[in-house]
Amino acid sequence: MYRYDQFDARLVAERVAQFRGQVERRLSGALTEDEFKPLRLQNGVYLQLHAYMLRIAIPYGQLSPRQLRRLAEIARNYDRGFGHFTTRQNIQFNWVALKDIPEVLEKLAEVEMHAIQTSGNCIRNTTTDHFAGAAQDEVVDPRAWCEIIRQWSTFHPEFAFLPRKFKIAVTAAEHDRAAIRVHDVGLHIRQKDGVTGFEVHVGGGQGRTPHIAALVNPFVPETQILDYLEAIMRVYNRYGRRDNKYKARIKILVSELGEAEYIRQVEEEFAAQRANEKVDLPAEEVARIHAYFEPPALAPKPALSKQLEAAKAADPSFARWTRANLHPHKVAGYTSVTVSLKPLGAAPGDATDTQMLLVADLAEKYGYGDVRVSHAQNLILPHVALDDLPEVYKALGAAGLGAANESRITDMIVCPGLDYCNLANARSIPVALAVQKVFADPAYEEDIGKLHINVSGCINACGHHHVGHIGILGVDKKGEEFYQILLGGRADEKAALGEIVGPGLKAEDVPAAIHRVVEFYRTQRTSPSEKFIDTLERLGHQTFQEALYAAG
Amino acid sequence: MPLVKGGEEIANDWIFAADGTALPESAQVSVSLARFLALKKGQENGPLPVGVRLGPVDDPAALEPYLPELRLIEIDFPRYTDGRGFSQAQLLRRRYGYSGEIRAVGHILRDQIFYMHRSGIDAYETRRAGLSEVLEALAEFTEAYQPAAGGPAAVFRKRHGA
Repeated sequence: MYRYDQFDARLVAERVAQFRGQVERRLSGALTEDEFKPLRLQNGVYLQLHAYMLRIAIPYGQLSPRQLRRLAEIARNYDRGFGHFTTRQNIQFNWVALKDIPEVLEKLAEVEMHAIQTSGNCIRNTTTDHFAGAAQDEVVDPRAWCEIIRQWSTFHPEFAFLPRKFKIAVTAAEHDRAAIRVHDVGLHIRQKDGVTGFEVHVGGGQGRTPHIAALVNPFVPETQILDYLEAIMRVYNRYGRRDNKYKARIKILVSELGEAEYIRQVEEEFAAQRANEKVDLPAEEVARIHAYFEPPALAPKPALSKQLEAAKAADPSFARWTRANLHPHKVAGYTSVTVSLKPLGAAPGDATDTQMLLVADLAEKYGYGDVRVSHAQNLILPHVALDDLPEVYKALGAAGLGAANESRITDMIVCPGLDYCNLANARSIPVALAVQKVFADPAYEEDIGKLHINVSGCINACGHHHVGHIGILGVDKKGEEFYQILLGGRADEKAALGEIVGPGLKAEDVPAAIHRVVEFYRTQRTSPSEKFIDTLERLGHQTFQEALYAAG
Repeated sequence: MPLVKGGEEIANDWIFAADGTALPESAQVSVSLARFLALKKGQENGPLPVGVRLGPVDDPAALEPYLPELRLIEIDFPRYTDGRGFSQAQLLRRRYGYSGEIRAVGHILRDQIFYMHRSGIDAYETRRAGLSEVLEALAEFTEAYQPAAGGPAAVFRKRHGA
């Protein structure tokens, strides 16, 4: 993984010192809360319902064991013993005191971490495929380019006060696990005639006006991608709407201009930018950064592991876990393991300090020192030998991390909701947990197969309800919480927005309604291998909607 | 309001003549872009100022033919959250080659000054921050990841010996 050199270290240290001064000025009253707000936001500090929240950047979701241990230490010493992994592959602490934050940032800087640009109207953490560098289906490892984009976008002087927040995602695999089409900018790395380049999508997003991104350029060569991004950012910074915060995301600019005119403006700016303000990243720098992402030296092993097969035969629940939580690795005899942070009855995406320490230990012992955070709010050990899976599973199970539900119905993306967030209209975690209960039988869940349920507590859509196969959206109607159900969303390469299918349901009616939809799917699928989303797309929404509202 | 340039506090001896007000007979007058263009085209009569104040929606490209005549371009930040002026400054310096003074006016916080400096702004008219605070803000960072109009060279150049 990337390691800081003297320059990176100095920049982060200077940022910590700067923020320490800003906090001091706020606490002394020299800065008003209004003036402090954009400063604290660009350092990851939110004012939440109960306290300040600190969001720490995990660039493209990668952590070393040392970094994960430091996060555990922060959870224990400055929070209430847990942290919350987010859909931006970051981590949030909900109970940190403002006066302690500069100290926490110093502790992070010691392990080459920071909270820079994790909120505010700036370029946020670049996200990517959580199996990057391990997945069989990627053309190249996208992380080096994520790091290049991280550096270019960090403290970019021109783009720190954008109309609104800005999110970039990168994938290098045909099957998109990074949800690039619902990002402000989605980049798909491709190779053409031996040249690496980027397919550029712009203007996707969720929130109150969801959009699927427009394909803006099918191939920008890697030597020009930072220039192309600058052109996109400059057009947005100059012409994005600033009169209404709900119309300020780039998706509105693209849709108001129309794709053709938007593309014309970007291409025109790109040509002028290349002539005058080219970034001109030296090839040696591209090579330097790529060198940090060399794959680990994995000793060759047989594709079939005797230990694994024996353990599967001996333990059906282990066998089930291996069917759900493993992802094919480039190298025979290895796999990528999803450590589910969605056990029954726990807040999705939360991990305790001891769980973080355990995953750090496992990564060190079995996982070549590599941990990832997925945008689905799970942890990943990307490189594990098949032979070691029984040991890994045993340790995870003992720590409450053995749920066999990756991409299954209980593996929901859920925002913090009204329990924590001051934007929310409704609670999301309790509803998610009530739905989970219906599908608590692992055999039943396995029979249902791949099915994404995403839950948001308000229209800002932090729980990605627009792109869940089933989306659940909490709304407030005259002081009472209601939940609207959406069907047919997906975040992958066939990205689509779910449709609201009818009137909202009371919280207590949601689990049974979801159950009816799932049962309807099971009666309609052509075979157990036809996924929920495929059956839904084959039959259309109408019959599913009828099942949803059928009298219980 | 303190005006800081070149590491010191200087006197502000420029006059901004708002649209519709009389043009003073001074050598140091700035006007809005619209007024400047109207004077240039003879749609308004009066002495031609050598200063222009850009609002956030103004396109600096409109000034390109006149840049050699200008001695001051003010960039107005009506709200500190409005970042359009950073792009205007970068374009004036890097694309159009303007080398005279670019002055930030309006709602400017100390904590934006480093970004302004990097964007090519070299004078700061602040409401609250005095000289020492501006100088502190300018010294907060010694490195920068990307090329820009001002400030330190990009780290990627230093890494490879340029």
